Amino acid sequence: MRRIILSPFLWIGIIILAAIATWPMATNNPTLREELFLILMFITMALSLNIILGYTGYVNFGHIVFFGLGGYLGIYVMSTLHWGLFPAMIVGGIGASVFAFLLGAAILRLRGAYFALATIGINETMLALAGNFQPFGGATGLTLNFRIYKLYGGAGKALWLAFALLAAVTIIAFIASFIIEKSKFGLGLMVIREDEDAAMVMGIPTPLFKNLAYTASAFLPGIIGVLYFFKNGNIEPGEAFNLEMSIEVLVMIMLGGFGTVSGPIIGAALYEEIRSSLIVNPLLQSMHLVIAGLLLLAIILFVPIGVVGWIRQRVPAVRRYLE
Amino acid sequence: MTINANVLIASLLDGLLIGFVYGLAAMGLTLIWGVMDVINLSHGALIVLGMFGALLAVQSWGLHPYIAFIIVSIAGLFLGVIIYYIAIRRVLEAPELTTLLSTFAVSMIIIGGGTAAFTTSPRNINFNLGTISFGGGANVLGTKLAAALLAAMVTFLLYMFLYKTRIGKSIRAVSNNRAAAELMGIPSMQILALSFGIGTLLAMGSGALIATLFPFNILSGSVYELKSFVIGVLGGLGNPIGSLLGGLILGFIEGLIPNFMDTSWTPVIEFALFVIILLVKPQGLFGSKD
Amino acid sequence: MNNESILQVDNVTKNFGGLTAVNHVSLELHQGEILGLIGPNGAGKTTLFNVISGVFLPSSGHYRFMGKDITNLPAYKIARLGIARTHQVVRPLNDLTVLENVTAGACFGRENQSLGQAEQTARAVLDQVGLIQKKDILAAKLNLPEKKRLELARALAAKPYLLLLDEVLAGLNPTEVANMLEVIENIQKDNITILMIEHLMHAIMRISDRIVVLDYGQKIAEGTPKDVVNDPKVIEAYLGDPRVAQALAAEGKE
Repeated sequence: MRRIILSPFLWIGIIILAAIATWPMATNNPTLREELFLILMFITMALSLNIILGYTGYVNFGHIVFFGLGGYLGIYVMSTLHWGLFPAMIVGGIGASVFAFLLGAAILRLRGAYFALATIGINETMLALAGNFQPFGGATGLTLNFRIYKLYGGAGKALWLAFALLAAVTIIAFIASFIIEKSKFGLGLMVIREDEDAAMVMGIPTPLFKNLAYTASAFLPGIIGVLYFFKNGNIEPGEAFNLEMSIEVLVMIMLGGFGTVSGPIIGAALYEEIRSSLIVNPLLQSMHLVIAGLLLLAIILFVPIGVVGWIRQRVPAVRRYLE
Repeated sequence: MTINANVLIASLLDGLLIGFVYGLAAMGLTLIWGVMDVINLSHGALIVLGMFGALLAVQSWGLHPYIAFIIVSIAGLFLGVIIYYIAIRRVLEAPELTTLLSTFAVSMIIIGGGTAAFTTSPRNINFNLGTISFGGGANVLGTKLAAALLAAMVTFLLYMFLYKTRIGKSIRAVSNNRAAAELMGIPSMQILALSFGIGTLLAMGSGALIATLFPFNILSGSVYELKSFVIGVLGGLGNPIGSLLGGLILGFIEGLIPNFMDTSWTPVIEFALFVIILLVKPQGLFGSKD
Repeated sequence: MNNESILQVDNVTKNFGGLTAVNHVSLELHQGEILGLIGPNGAGKTTLFNVISGVFLPSSGHYRFMGKDITNLPAYKIARLGIARTHQVVRPLNDLTVLENVTAGACFGRENQSLGQAEQTARAVLDQVGLIQKKDILAAKLNLPEKKRLELARALAAKPYLLLLDEVLAGLNPTEVANMLEVIENIQKDNITILMIEHLMHAIMRISDRIVVLDYGQKIAEGTPKDVVNDPKVIEAYLGDPRVAQALAAEGKE
């Protein structure tokens, strides 16, 4: 515990994230807030996916399922049962985790590519199911009544509130990732990633550890799903269970470096920056997907350990500051 | 909902004919999986490339759609070999995440380039072979019957190639056990490249056939890619011939379900079936490599 | 050495489809002894290890460890009770450092140590096997003899009562074999019971208190090293492998 609390990396990270969060508030800049909302959201998605993907080595293509399910549950209790935002966030997070725990008991027995395929199947099943599930509004989804924002001082203030909450969740994701990485549990997950059979023989209760990692990875996406769709005012199946977004989060982790705490953060920020600068440039706009694809291919072929992994390998002196 | 026997038979027949084409679409995916344990996430993009290749050949060069199908397929063979050498060979031994992402990157490049060139507006190939009646109100479109026959023919050719030719047997040997095949003097690198080429040929060829049946746009590939996953698992990943059976099952389900419930339930049932089979019998309903 | 029994394998059989890899094998280990398990390739030695460590469930039979029936326990529970093993083909956790590899062994082993304690244990064990100066490099970067030591260190760090060693001497040169034998003897002095598979006849005959011989999944001989090397059934079992048969005969003459 001492090692965690005294780590310079932890405190530098918290300060940077807090500074990023207060920047649009201090300058009262809603455009910047919207940009940073996406970046912080992707950072949390990438950090949480990294628990199962980076540490445990299970390739999950369906991470967005937790985001979508949490979002649906939260918006449902707000729009139909008239609950507040905070209880809705809790419902979204816990709902996603419970779902992950039950699902994990079944699909975490699959290994390697079979697990990856099953997660694609889960994603598509949820997408199709949400479109048919009438309590969730079927294909049209759920819409929040505009009056709900009045409870939070009007739509303008509600957007700021959602951003502040997201920033808090991001900092929690960062601290939780760091604690997991430095814990006995995290070491157990990494042993599973390296060699699951050896892990069993070494005394690691692999079914439990894998499922706990999966359940933990689902919690924060469930919460930010509620925040994101609260901010948007509506939720529909295509946006809640968008397989492409799952894969994008995966790409962010690869870009930054998987199995580290700073990797997903740097990867998410870099990816979002690159993408938004490609989209605004009229010359590159039509080619942004091609450029992103070429970039991804180049990283995988030539720098498979990601940006953070590469820096850590080249400059060992910075390791304490770049976990 | 009351069930009309004639309607039921007609929709089942329609579903089965589409099933042949679905099977063909999945064959390339399962072949590549079987030979090199790579889940090809560019599969859908390659199917779309086949659709647009056929569209160009028909509209710009005035070729017959089935001639376009042959040309697109051959182009697929070469493209597949090129993709293999650029994006697959270097990362073949890496953890599966790496090949998943490298093939996904290829998909991004193809779809991105395609979107820039063709936009996402819907297209179709104007092609009609009339309607063929099987009596009792069971009518099918001539194009569907012809596409099913072509798909069946390609499957037969693939079977003959894999089981009766020396190169085909080498592919199967590499698929069973690459190390042992190398000890027997089979040049596995060339075999892997060729297999990726054939997988791409099948993907693009099926795209060219689908283009004669349904309207499509540059993003249509993901639908067929997901269907291919389902079929691959039904028929056994790594078992390309099993894909035909898997395709027929999927087509049958798609013909059957609208008779009993809303069509929007079809994907729910398909994907739930997919996950359940993965959990219960991951080697597929008809067995394959373990 | 006392005669208290630590592991009893009772009539264990393991089938794979039509193949019987282990066929009605019974054996008993006494507290503090080194029992050598030998037999030609494919005799079922590693399969027996896999059954004892819980990797495979036996097709029939039972086994008890320190009085407790562990037949149907999963591997990680068996490990927690105090059985640790090495693998015939080394399995280093490549992307973790040497210290992390061994720390993980201590963390999840019998004593269920905290991370801090486990790291202390790991340093001590790395010192014992002579790998301490390599503690911060990635396991993937070690050479084969070092990987064998790492494998042993990871098992030892679990503080087991019983250690299963699967060909820890294979691939080592004579000096390295001598070093490793010394390490194993020191382990025995710490009162850890050892069951070891080995092909290197002179080494296993020297170090073992008793030997069990498997052939085609069956136990064909059991006794002191001297009894076993003079047993005609054992020489016969190795006829397919003349080099080993000669080595056995040579051991017998000494």
